Amino acid sequence: MGKRSIVPYGPQHPVLPEPIHLDLVLEDEKVLAAIPSIGFIHRGLESLTSKKDFNEMVYVAERICGICSYMHGMGYCMALEDIMNVEVPRRAEFLRTIWCEMSRLHSHLLWLGLLADGFGFESLFMHSWRLRERILDMFEASTGGRVIFSVNTIGGVLKDMPNDMLKDFVRQLDEMEKEIRDTTSIFLNDYTVKSRLVDVGILTGEDAIRRGAVGPMMRASGINVDMRKNGYAAYNEIDFEVITSNKCDSYARCEVRIGEIFQSIDIIRQAVAKIPDTEINTKVTGMPNGESIIRVEQPRGEAFYHVRANGTKFLDRFRVRTPTFANIPALTQTLQGCQYGDVPLLVLTIDPCISCTER
Amino acid sequence: MGQFLPFTKQVLKNLFSAPATTQYPFVAREYPERTRGHVDIDKDNCILCGMCMRSCPPGAINVDRAGKTWTINRFDCVQCGYCVEKCPKKCLSITPGYQEPGPEKVNYSVDVPYEPPKPAAKPAAPAGAAAPAQAAKPAEAPAPQA
Repeated sequence: MGKRSIVPYGPQHPVLPEPIHLDLVLEDEKVLAAIPSIGFIHRGLESLTSKKDFNEMVYVAERICGICSYMHGMGYCMALEDIMNVEVPRRAEFLRTIWCEMSRLHSHLLWLGLLADGFGFESLFMHSWRLRERILDMFEASTGGRVIFSVNTIGGVLKDMPNDMLKDFVRQLDEMEKEIRDTTSIFLNDYTVKSRLVDVGILTGEDAIRRGAVGPMMRASGINVDMRKNGYAAYNEIDFEVITSNKCDSYARCEVRIGEIFQSIDIIRQAVAKIPDTEINTKVTGMPNGESIIRVEQPRGEAFYHVRANGTKFLDRFRVRTPTFANIPALTQTLQGCQYGDVPLLVLTIDPCISCTER
Repeated sequence: MGQFLPFTKQVLKNLFSAPATTQYPFVAREYPERTRGHVDIDKDNCILCGMCMRSCPPGAINVDRAGKTWTINRFDCVQCGYCVEKCPKKCLSITPGYQEPGPEKVNYSVDVPYEPPKPAAKPAAPAGAAAPAQAAKPAEAPAPQA
């Protein structure tokens, strides 16, 4: 038996800009167990609900995260629309779908870049982020923001995308698709990339369910689960197949996310083809009173919003369960038995967003 | 051998293509029309109602009715655009161009030339303070719903 030691990993670590702390129990170079601890950047989101009224909270909610900011804002708005029985105009639903998929595109491209950086392929990292930049430009042209979009409101969206703009976006995505295919084929076929990903961090389907994994982490273990299939926003009119992989390793997670990039482009095309010409928001009056639970599929997985309102302008409860929080137990599973050198890579494969987790 | 080749094409392309980044100090970045850079005020239309001050999520705006000034702390502003949405006279707007860095966090202040409508009776000096409050009443009405 080798020598056992405990190595603290994080909260400051070069591979991860965000603070998560893991206590790694090692036997020589092999990780026996990982004990996570979080709470370094807790910001007290729930407490803010007693200081900001429910309309201002839209802007607070989308600042939970810098990557899935759009969907945090949307999830919160959907919960309040549910409480206040607001019918969102169809065009707004389609616009939300398009922005959601653009968020997924930029999030997955960002993740691919971080993954490449994680296994030391610097130029691949730069290329992924170069591609992502064009999506951010599209966001800036349509919403006015590159990271925080502030276009959601209770009852719809604040800004419309004219049909020419939508057509231009589709044209740009068509152009990008080829480039993305070239870049992602390196992730899928390159020898060096494969040597770092294949058979690293196995999470079987059974374990994924037992540990309550969500999103691409779950789908990479062969479990077909995707909240978009519940048909929120305009997803009920979009035709798409949930992408899964049976390989259960880090390569599978990469494969699923790459598949979702092309799927997102396809969903945007379908949504642009089907978008109706209606209003983009409805006037909402009165105070919310009631309770609602909303689940949306973020790039990182399923996010859960629980909002309880009491008939005043301040909410009673606003609880968000973000995908990274749900994936941490699955992470500790994948870390068991891995090599010490693979730890940063495995932490990256859950696409961690610690700011989301701690809210 | 094929497994080593996927990146070769990209490498060769990189050698002969221009940089993907903008050469910033020499080439200025052009912002799209919708960019939320900073909040601007059309001071001639402002009625000092204070809706922007009350709606601002980070509390960056201050409206002083007595002193007739509209002040924004641009370092606190998060460019969410909620004040623009709430403004009853639509005198606020978000325009491209970000806040420039500076050595101090200075507030940006505008003197608003708004003259409140004179009440029928002729009260003494404190009328200046009371009248804007009356004038702003209609604008305040939607506040409880908001």
